[in-house]
Parts: sequence; C-alpha cells; structure tokens
Amino acid sequence: MGWLLVNGMSVALNGEKSLLEVVRNAGVDLPTLCYHPELSLHGACRLCMVEVEGRGVVAACHTPPESGMVVNTNSAVLRRLRKIALELLLSRHDRECTSCLRSGHCSLQDLSNRFGVSDLRFKQERSEHLPIDRSSILVRDPNKCILCGECVRMCGEIQGIGVYGFAHRGAKMQVTTAFQQDLANTDCVHCGQCAAICPTGALTIKPQVDQAWRALNDPTKTVVFQVAPAVRVSLGEEFGMTPGESTMGQLISALRTLGADKVFDTAFAADLTVLEETEEFLERVSSGERLPQFTSCCPAWVKYAEQFYPEFLPHLSSCRSPQQMMGSLIKKFYAKRLEKGPEDIYMISVMPCTAKKFEASREEFTTDGVPDVDLVLTTQELARMIKEAGIDYVNLPETPPDRPFGFVTGAGVIFGVTGGVSEAVLRLGYERITQSELEDVVFEDVRGYSGMRKWEVDLGGQSLTLGVVHGLANAKAVLDDLKAGKVHFDLIEVMACPGGCIGGAGQPISNVSRKVRQERGAGLYHDDVVTAVHKSQQNPDVLEIYEEWLTAPGSHTAHEALHTTYRERGSLWNGRAGVGSKA
Amino acid sequence: MWIDKIFTNESKGVTPMDRTVLDVETTETDFDPGFLEGVLAETGTSTAALIPILQAIQGKYRHLSQEAIHHVASALRLSTATVYGVATFYAQFSLEPKGKYVIKVCDGTACHVRGSIPVYDALRKRVNLQDGRSTTDNRMYTVETVACLGACVLAPVITINDQVYGHVTPDAVNIIIDTLEQEGAQHD
Repeated sequence: MGWLLVNGMSVALNGEKSLLEVVRNAGVDLPTLCYHPELSLHGACRLCMVEVEGRGVVAACHTPPESGMVVNTNSAVLRRLRKIALELLLSRHDRECTSCLRSGHCSLQDLSNRFGVSDLRFKQERSEHLPIDRSSILVRDPNKCILCGECVRMCGEIQGIGVYGFAHRGAKMQVTTAFQQDLANTDCVHCGQCAAICPTGALTIKPQVDQAWRALNDPTKTVVFQVAPAVRVSLGEEFGMTPGESTMGQLISALRTLGADKVFDTAFAADLTVLEETEEFLERVSSGERLPQFTSCCPAWVKYAEQFYPEFLPHLSSCRSPQQMMGSLIKKFYAKRLEKGPEDIYMISVMPCTAKKFEASREEFTTDGVPDVDLVLTTQELARMIKEAGIDYVNLPETPPDRPFGFVTGAGVIFGVTGGVSEAVLRLGYERITQSELEDVVFEDVRGYSGMRKWEVDLGGQSLTLGVVHGLANAKAVLDDLKAGKVHFDLIEVMACPGGCIGGAGQPISNVSRKVRQERGAGLYHDDVVTAVHKSQQNPDVLEIYEEWLTAPGSHTAHEALHTTYRERGSLWNGRAGVGSKA
Repeated sequence: MWIDKIFTNESKGVTPMDRTVLDVETTETDFDPGFLEGVLAETGTSTAALIPILQAIQGKYRHLSQEAIHHVASALRLSTATVYGVATFYAQFSLEPKGKYVIKVCDGTACHVRGSIPVYDALRKRVNLQDGRSTTDNRMYTVETVACLGACVLAPVITINDQVYGHVTPDAVNIIIDTLEQEGAQHD
C-alpha cells in the first residue's frame, strides 16, 4: 500500500481513506470539530490542516493519502492558522462555560485549553442573543453552535430523519430546523444522538435533576428507582473507570445514599418482556399473521414507526418497553403490597436514553392521571447527582438490588446491546418450539455491530428469519425493502441508537466512539456470563409474579398491565417528510 | 439584454413607455400540488432538479410557502430542513410573497458610486416601506438591492420585473412609479 512521512517518521498506509486517519494512526492527535468517522465528510472546521510538501496547506480529512507524501502537522504556519481558525469559532460562540451543561465535555473548550487560548483577538461577533429552544427534552442553544453540522449529518445519515439543516448563507448561516420550528414541532423522535455528537453545548439534554432531588427530599413519597441494563456498564466512565466495567453494585449503593427507598433492576422487566414478547411471537408464527414482528422496546423507534411507517404499526409487538412494564408493576402491583396508593410512590428510571423521557410522558402510560414512571434520569444526570452529593463512587461497597424486582437473568441484562433482545427471545423461543432444553445459550450470530444483520435459525425443523438493525436509517432501508416485497423476515429487532442502548444519548458523552460502545457491550455480555441464570423463563421472581398476579404470559391481566397500543402520528404536515436518505 | 427605458440626467421626466403594464399573474396563495406534479413531469425527481422546481414555484406563486417546501421535500425524498436550507440560501427564493412589481436596485460598485442608495431610499419612501420590510402591505411592490446587474454603463440601474431602467435618479423614481400606477389604473 505504500508509505508516507509524518513529521519525518515513516508510516505505512493500510487502506486509510484520509490523511487524517493516517496521521491519527501515527499517534498525532490532529484536532477536529466537524469530523466523525461514522458520518460523511464536511470539512468546515479547518482545524485538521497539515502541510504536504509540494501542495501546501491542506485539510487532512479531505485529502486522500498517497504513497510518498511528506506531511508536516506542526509547522509555525499551521499553528498560527489553527489558532486563528479556533479563535474565529470562539468569536461566534457564547462562552458562558461555567453555566454550560457541556462544560468539561466540550470539544471547543478542550481545544482552547490545548491551544492555550488566553486572549481573544476577535471581538464577540454576535450582537443579538438568538432564542434558546426548550420546547423538547433537548435544549437547543444556537448561540453555542459552531456550524460543524454533526447534528445535521447524524440525524440525516444515521437516523434517516433530517430534522436539522443549514439555513441562510454566509455570516447569517445557522443550523436549524425547517422553518425554524421548535424541536417539539418537528419529526424529532427524541433519540438525542444530535446532542450526543454535538461538540459544544449547542444541543444538551434538558436537566431534570431538580425534580429528582425534590422527590427524594419529600417525606410523603416512597421513591422507587429502576436502573436500565446499559447504565451499569457506562456510569463508571464519569468517575474515571473504564467503559464496560460493570458497577451495578456501586450504583445501587449510590442510589440508596441519595435517598432511594427501593432500587430495582429494569432487567427484571426485560425478563418479563421476553416472556410476553415470545408468547406473542409464537402466536403470530403459528397463525402466520402480522409477521414480521418488530420489537417495541425502543421508544425512538416506536415514534419513528408511528410517524413514517404507520402501516407497520400492527406488526410492532404490543409489549410495553421494560421501563414501562416496571412502572406498571410498581404502581399497580407493588404499591398494593406496600399498602400505598400509586400516587404515594415516585418512580424514577435511570436510563441511557433521552427518548425514555418522552415515552414516560405518553398518555398510554398514565393511569387515572398518575404516570407509571414519574421521572426519567439519564446516566449523565445520575452522575451529576452523585457528584453533587460528593459520593466517592469508585470506592462504594456493592449492594444488591431489592427484591422482588431485583433478581435478573443474563437474558434481561443483554437487552442493552443491539441483538440482545433477539438473543433473549431466542433463548426462550428455542425451548418453546423444540420442546427441549437449550444447552448453549450464546447465539453468536445475533451478536455484532454491523448496522443490519440477517440470520436464519432452524428450530426443530422450523426455519425463522431474524433481523437486527440499529440506527433508524438502517430500519428505514429494511422497511422499504419489506414494503417492496424484496425481503422476508419473521422477527426484527430495532434499536434507534448505534450499538443499541449502550450507545444511547443519555450515556456519558464518550458514547459517540464506536470503541467505547463495543467495550460497554462486552461488559453486558460479561455480566450475562457471570449471572447465575441465563434464561428469562428461569427467573424465579418473574414466575412468582405470574402466579400471584399476571396468571400467564399473554393473559388478560398481562395485557392490561404490560401491553399497549400505538397511534398513527402525522409527521410534519401530515405527510412523509423526514426521509433524509439524500439529506 | 434589451433596454426599455433609459432615464438620463438630461432627460428627466421623459418616459418612453412603449409597453403596457407588465404581465404579472394575480397572486395565488393556495399551493396546488397538481402544479408541482406538472413541474415534476418536466424536471424529474432527482436531487439535481431541486432548484429548477423551486424556481418554477417561486415564478408562479412569487414565494415558496411552507406547504410548497414540504411537498417538494416529499417528492424528492429530501428532508424538509434540507429544502428549507436551499430556499433560504439563494436570494432568488423568498419565503414571503413578493410584490406584483419586484424592483431590484443594483448596488454594485459602479451603481453605488453613481448614487444607487439615494435611488433605493427614494423608492422605499415612494412606496412607503418601513422597518426593514421589503414588500408593501398591499403586495404591489418589493424593493431590494442586488449585487450587480451587469449593466454598469447604465449606472445607477434598476430593474422592475424584467424591464431595465438606466441612469435612474431619485426624481425619476417618482415618474417611474407614477407611470406604473397610471398604467395599472388603465389596465383595471
């Protein structure tokens, strides 16, 4: 493949697409603000400039590497140009860092530190303060936008929606929604990936920490927490631990220290989901109706389907997501056990996800005016509470969750990673269809991180086609193929975020890195290995709930408590606007 | 480019009007998706057709309504935000309806030094435009500046719809508007 010289050091080319990759692989961390390896190239920030002998200064992200190139990354000219580029970006940026939620995780702030920007030569250019959009679960502050376009490409290319675009021209250019609408009035599905990838504080998650403190300090409320699978393998990152390191024990201790009365594990509700969803699936397989069945655990995907593919809504599993199953269990069943009314219990979910906030607010999940889940905190928000309380997270002793909704199986835990729901369903489906015990619980073929995986499984002579997709643009491609009759599936798992819930937008900011996501995924699979029970159908506490309350999977009571309905939502203009395949 | 009217400094008040009032369609407010279908039959639905499609709609409706932008986005399978971005990028597109007479005042270097801004100010005053607005309330006139019309020899130059007026002065502005209004009255 050839060689080139980076700062006098010879570097072998291994099929890298850009000079930027070559330079970074050679150990030089060229600064960028608009480059992301999973998105298309933009080339706007001009920070990755390098000097190539015979060509002068070029943007490394846009320059294909060629054998024999002599590259300098650190000349006096480059340092001067980079600093000017950075200072010009800063001149348009609202630099109220102390009150910015992104402070400490802001790429612009990092680079200012790296470049030693102490004195800005360019005056603050913005004279007027643009309005901040707080209409949605995200907060969009255009005064902090540096026009890198990462949100535009994330929403258009990875999620296939295209809520954002560049509008106007030159100095008046803005990243904004169509017609400058508030986010709440767009086709946004609340996946929050735009906020996860935003290098500054222009897009952040609207904080709800105060509501959590208020409930914890209210003596009349019994505060019950549930913690989603993906949170345990990422929260530690906020405290300097490695991604994927499972800290469920510390997490539970931290919640108890913060004042939680009970702490349960959402993976328990995931086990319940497996039983309900598999029952539903096997019924559909035997009747041949409404196949393929789509999973319904991901609220961003559910809203996407409601907006853009309402014809597939009957195909969605009617199962509530694990978060809402847990909420239902707590408010309708557990409250009685505590001899309390549902309004006396304050249910807080800790989720890797921003769309879960939207899901909890859906009217389908409110009974007689009392929401099943009162508040959803993201992993980031819980980390902030732990920091505010001054808890030494890393050295906390481990404590187990409360019973009865604390006993979980490995099948429930792997719900947090793409392919996990399918694998958990298979561990039950195999036994139900073949009427024999499943020895090896690992379905290796379902695992992995490619955006679309298709797999045929033979269960006792019955052949089933399974699909696993993550990233809504991938889901869109499958849905279009299904509509055109080009493909056949029996079961399709959809998760909106890259990597599944482990890559959710509520996770610590580093989740935009594929490597970090995969380490978190490995953490969940490891948790599955070290958990005593691997099959949801063997969760004794789940079985007990059925005996005591729900009778059987798919029963009338189970349907009342654990299932839901969907509704067609007109997208913007009641049409099918968001189809950003070409955005 | 043919030149209809030339006002020279020497011949103030001369109005060699040889054409009747400009043939402009009456304002259509409601977007008709059938019109878009007709345009799409000509242009196709590739991304490259976006600008010609928007031009056709702008030509007929004198602006791009939200509804129109949405329909174009759906037809081309682009996001609405992308089409909105294109519509706001180019000065030839307007999200607000433009006036029956679109008056472009050239403010290129040559026109500027020959006094285009007094002409612009006189126009705005004459048609009673205030507060940075560019279109009159009755949607008769839109007054805007453009960078260069490429007729520097006639500086300062303005165009009204497709007609070019050269060597315009603030006084001549009144004569031009008077004439437009007289012809408009005759036309009615």
